[in-house]
Amino acid sequence: MAAATVTKSKRTKTAVTLFLDFFSKWGTILTIFLLIAFFSIKMPPFRSTANIITILRSISIVTVIATGITVSLTVDGFDLSVGSVATFADTLVISMFVWHEMGTVPAILVALAISLIVAVVNAFLIVKLRIFDLLATLATMFIFEGVALTYTGGGSISEGMPRLDGTPTFGNIEAGYRLIGQSPYIIIIMLVIVALVHVFLNYTKHGRYLYVVGGNREAARLSGIPVDRYRTLAYVLSALLAAIGGVILGARIGSSQVNAGAGFLMPAVAAAFIGYSVAGIKKPNAIGTLVGAILVGVLENGLIMMSVPYYSLNIVKGLVLAIALAITYFRKE
Amino acid sequence: MKNISIEFPGVKALTNVSFTIESGTIHALVGANGAGKSTLMKVLAGAHDHYTGEILFNGRSVNIRTPRQAIELGVAVVYQEVDMALVPYLNVAENVMLDVMANEMGRRQFINWKEIRATARKFLKMVNLDLDVRMLAQDLSLADKQRVLVARALAGNSRFLILDEPTAPLSQTETEELFNLMRDLAQNQNVGIVFISHRLPEIFEICDTVTILRDGEVVTEQPTSSFTQKQIIEHMLGRRFDETYPKHDVEIGETIFEIRGLTEADRAVKDINLSVRAGEIVGVTGLVGAGKTELCKTIFGALPIGSGEMRLRGQKLNVKSPHTAVTQGIALVPEERRKEGVLVEEPVYTNLSASSLQKFSNMFHFINKKAERASARKLITDLGIRTPSERQKVAFLSGGNQQKVAVGKWLVADADVYVFDEPTKGVDVGAKHDIFELIGQLAGQGKGIIYASSEIPEILGIADRTMVMYDRTIVKELITAETTEEEILFFSAGGN
Repeated sequence: MAAATVTKSKRTKTAVTLFLDFFSKWGTILTIFLLIAFFSIKMPPFRSTANIITILRSISIVTVIATGITVSLTVDGFDLSVGSVATFADTLVISMFVWHEMGTVPAILVALAISLIVAVVNAFLIVKLRIFDLLATLATMFIFEGVALTYTGGGSISEGMPRLDGTPTFGNIEAGYRLIGQSPYIIIIMLVIVALVHVFLNYTKHGRYLYVVGGNREAARLSGIPVDRYRTLAYVLSALLAAIGGVILGARIGSSQVNAGAGFLMPAVAAAFIGYSVAGIKKPNAIGTLVGAILVGVLENGLIMMSVPYYSLNIVKGLVLAIALAITYFRKE
Repeated sequence: MKNISIEFPGVKALTNVSFTIESGTIHALVGANGAGKSTLMKVLAGAHDHYTGEILFNGRSVNIRTPRQAIELGVAVVYQEVDMALVPYLNVAENVMLDVMANEMGRRQFINWKEIRATARKFLKMVNLDLDVRMLAQDLSLADKQRVLVARALAGNSRFLILDEPTAPLSQTETEELFNLMRDLAQNQNVGIVFISHRLPEIFEICDTVTILRDGEVVTEQPTSSFTQKQIIEHMLGRRFDETYPKHDVEIGETIFEIRGLTEADRAVKDINLSVRAGEIVGVTGLVGAGKTELCKTIFGALPIGSGEMRLRGQKLNVKSPHTAVTQGIALVPEERRKEGVLVEEPVYTNLSASSLQKFSNMFHFINKKAERASARKLITDLGIRTPSERQKVAFLSGGNQQKVAVGKWLVADADVYVFDEPTKGVDVGAKHDIFELIGQLAGQGKGIIYASSEIPEILGIADRTMVMYDRTIVKELITAETTEEEILFFSAGGN
């Protein structure tokens, strides 16, 4: 009798395990299709090409920033400062146009270069001073939010708007730059970046080292891998990707706004963590991150079309993040 | 304790062991590594609940299955790693009173700090520790930390105290002071003390009775005075080890690697002089805590070098980190395999190429995965790694096969000097043989090998020369062919 019960519970357990395995592998993609099916039935326009492009356009900035977080996750780190970096880069690039009358290419390059200061500070705090990643980047998140605000004098920048001290501005934002924020370019840029990060992480020596460092820092060190150098590299790349996100953001909104990048942090974190489990990779990875961003984007778009008020969307997004984290960590047991 | 037996998956750790502790005496428990000393004491401390046999207390049968039951009976253990038992950011008083606060608060919800401090002071006085009870535990010296733990045991009304290799990290004077305390506790407080140590002179200095364990069984139990050091060693070793070692006839060449006056920055090892010739296997042995692992790590730059120099083929090396060691031709197979040697979450081929990815990358740093996997498959065959494919996660391999992966990684990397730290730890006999075979092959290629192990029979089997370590330095160099296990153990235990 007792024996029979044991066997039975064992069998059901295996079935449950199998289901969990399947779900943790393909659950994300399945969920995306279910959501698409659900929204399409409820609202036929959801499936129109125009709307699909809208979704892709809306997720492109999130995706680019999320690939930055993904790179920081590969070394078992975490970069919370990406939102602030995006804001910082947005502010810088617009100010280069409007205040300093630069052309598109120099403006973007200068903005990206200066944004990398954040990476240097992050790497210094985390690698040299050995502050826990989450806390170090929490600090830099506030620092650079403040730096961006101080730089603009606490306001926004747009074409023709005088500086806060009244100096008139004559620069204009070039049309070529604005194109970056339009589809299809914005979508193409996103896909190219995802592809580049994917290739970098999976096909180059450096990507492999990043994963090795994240998998077992001590073993990596004793394998002769310069661990500190690769951890620094991860934070440089995450800041660079976040800065690219900020530059695209500037092109999209055509101005620099107070804390414009802050809102991208949460969906980007969610996308990166959802990406962990996609197809059973169980590692931070670029394509998974794209899938995660699509899930968040589909959900948001659908809910907006169903007239859920924007101020309630955070409830749903937060729940999605919680579920993604639960899948990532629960299966690790 | 009567007829205690315990099994772990695959191993019979203790077989019908009987052991008696009398109040007011100091009882030594000795045995080679893996003889079952720690396991026996863990049973007594309630850390293992699946033993068979009986524990009697004052002639009455008692049940010890959880740590709490052990504490209630007055059994306290001071483990070798004192930091594991202390809460670093609590102060001394709280650490002394931790068990009391955890178990004897009853329904009281508030802590009477005055009382806690006063009681803590009382017990600290008993262990002759005079310090501010508000100091944080993390700021104490190692010797003081041990005393705090002894005080905690006394505060919990312990009548039996188990000290697991307490002298290993202590200096000579600190050891003397600890012995005075042990004598005082035994004579004046009527505490029964079990003293686990590898250092024979200490046992003769302080213990009344000696129990010798070998392979999970009691060999003999006698008053200390009826033994000589040599007899104890013979009992510990018992039958001869009949493992065979593949002997390679290797032409030993010129000195390729030389260490002069090497001292680690925190003096974890000091004044090391050592040279290795091409094709030579130099054994480094010594008891637990003698500094073998620290020596290996210092050579490899994983611990900071304080002073001294290393030369490879006459060229002075500048080793600042493992990365710089590898680029200059030194490889280390570390002791803590799962923690330091392999990436358990990664597949076999990733592990095998971790130290030599350069070889498989083109000028744009792209990895040639085909070549990487082909090299992995070749190594799997060469080393006899039992795995379904090179894509298997290392976590699913057995210990011996994981070790082969940890060694195999370095075969691809082409170093000049290979440092092995306990490469056979937790490895079965078959895999051991393969690993020896491999090391022999490396020597055959003219590499220099440093082989650190506390398994003396292995050292005798494989090394050409043997360095014996004691108290963080090399105390004796022996020609392996002309020495014996007894002689090595004699020097390892501080004999001279």
